[in-house]
Amino acid sequence: MSNYRIQGATGEWEVVIGLEVHAQVSSKAKLFSGANTEFGAEPNTQVSLVDAAMPGMLPVPNRECIRQAVRTGMAIEAQINAWSRFDRKNYFYADLPQGYQISQLYHPIVGEGQLLIEADPKGGIPEDKIIGIERIHVEQDAGKLMHDQHPTMSYVDLNRSGVALMEIVSMADMRSPAEAGAYVRKLRSILRYVGSCDGNMEQGSMRADVNVSVRKPGPITEEHPLGTRTETKNVNSVRFVMAVIEGEARRQVDLIEDGGTVVQETRLYDPDRNETRSMRSKEDAHDYRYFPDPDLLPIELDDAFLTECRDSLPELPDAKRARYTQQLGMNDYNAAQLTAEVETFARFETLLAETSSALGKSESDVATQVANWTLSVAPGVIKSIGDEANLEYATSAAQAAILKMVDAGEVSGGQSKEIYEIVLKTGRDPAEIAETEGLKQQSDSGAIEAEIDTILAANQDKVEQYKGGKDKLFGFFVGQTMKAMEGKANPQVVNELLKAKLD
Amino acid sequence: MSVDKQTVTKIASLARIKMDDAECERMVPELNNILDWVDQLGEVDTSGVEPMTAVMPMAQRLRDDVVDADPLTGGGVRDKVLANAPAAEHGFFGVPKVIE
Repeated sequence: MSNYRIQGATGEWEVVIGLEVHAQVSSKAKLFSGANTEFGAEPNTQVSLVDAAMPGMLPVPNRECIRQAVRTGMAIEAQINAWSRFDRKNYFYADLPQGYQISQLYHPIVGEGQLLIEADPKGGIPEDKIIGIERIHVEQDAGKLMHDQHPTMSYVDLNRSGVALMEIVSMADMRSPAEAGAYVRKLRSILRYVGSCDGNMEQGSMRADVNVSVRKPGPITEEHPLGTRTETKNVNSVRFVMAVIEGEARRQVDLIEDGGTVVQETRLYDPDRNETRSMRSKEDAHDYRYFPDPDLLPIELDDAFLTECRDSLPELPDAKRARYTQQLGMNDYNAAQLTAEVETFARFETLLAETSSALGKSESDVATQVANWTLSVAPGVIKSIGDEANLEYATSAAQAAILKMVDAGEVSGGQSKEIYEIVLKTGRDPAEIAETEGLKQQSDSGAIEAEIDTILAANQDKVEQYKGGKDKLFGFFVGQTMKAMEGKANPQVVNELLKAKLD
Repeated sequence: MSVDKQTVTKIASLARIKMDDAECERMVPELNNILDWVDQLGEVDTSGVEPMTAVMPMAQRLRDDVVDADPLTGGGVRDKVLANAPAAEHGFFGVPKVIE
């Protein structure tokens, strides 16, 4: 249970949160037309006669949009409705040429599902928690309005009009800003694994409507129900979602404690002032007069379609994380870091396969080494040389070659960074760099042994003391040997040789 | 089910249809006639009958995810799209300023 509470004059308050996330479906063409969905085109160049709602045009659903919604539903373990239907949501606004949005109210394509947010005690989530998802439905996006280009007119760009959105509606299961943030991040991760949405919040591919209410803590009963909620529209980053919840909960508590009542209303978030304000909508704005769209027959999905959707799902974040810890023996932190983003695990898994075959060892034997390299060593080197790093040279072959030399004891950890730095700057071969730049450690026991003999001979007194029980002197001998070898001796070999001679 | 004048006025406003008092008044019995007829249909016992979605038994056809496959339903027709706009500037529709 979340222990997040708002402190009020009358005691503690609990916050209840539900999120409606709008995720743009990754498809080449729009939901009901063949117009392009690519971001950033010239205004109104990606608008078909269907999207502009010219008379007599007939919407025909894009199979890929339906497929991606179904695959997303399967990824959140949701009920898939093989029979669903589109409805018209009627309202007038300048960004909606049809005068209605085609959406799914009564028979959504995806029913109840769920998603797991992981415990993050430091981040305010004491334990793993399941967040229920009520439904996912498919609908059209609206166009874009610009208000600041002309003194008396607003400009309308319909490029986005008709692009497919999934509206993913959570249950009111979240109790803190941290849980809501974790929910959005996890949902984004799943969408990106599935490939049904690029998750790009800056470009508006994902945005959330945030429902917030407050109540005194305690079980939800008829006598002690949920408070009245407000809905803050179109919040476009995880940070803002969390800020909206904090601010809105505080506002509601202050309002109630001052003797007021929360009005169920739609609010807008102003990131510059970090506050929400009421949208002065007319009373009838929510009278949408939904009815089944007579232009469209119900969507009926057959077994072959559903089977393809299921079979094409990749390994999902929870399963991948479990495999990393259980089969690859990785710690929880590394597993969580590596599985959060699609790009990270893809890079890791390629390098893991390459390293495993280069070393002739199993993937579980090299997983920890490759994980540390991917999460810590490689990013550190890239960061340290900044713009000088040419990431085209960051091939898995080059990185595996470096890891192989480290594994064989030919180069030290420090040397591996220096070699990788040169690789990133020049694209040269790692083995060649190690050789020509003198970035190899000496594992030749003959050469090391010769130095050890000299050192021991010159420090007979200390040898006697060591043999007399002064164990700490071992470090002195190691240090002297490394110094004599100019730091390039393999420490393991040095240790072994010294032990053999002294003990 | 029936409607009164107030409901008619509200529906007209939601549909952005300008109607004066007399027109709304005249519309009340007309709409109620239609609603009565629908009520009459409701007298038929349809329990156990699956709702009909089309006269012909047809499945919804789906389109392939291809951009501009058909010029009639593809993009790149800005001139046509803007042709009937009362105001079009710099490739945008221009509408009376709307700010919430």
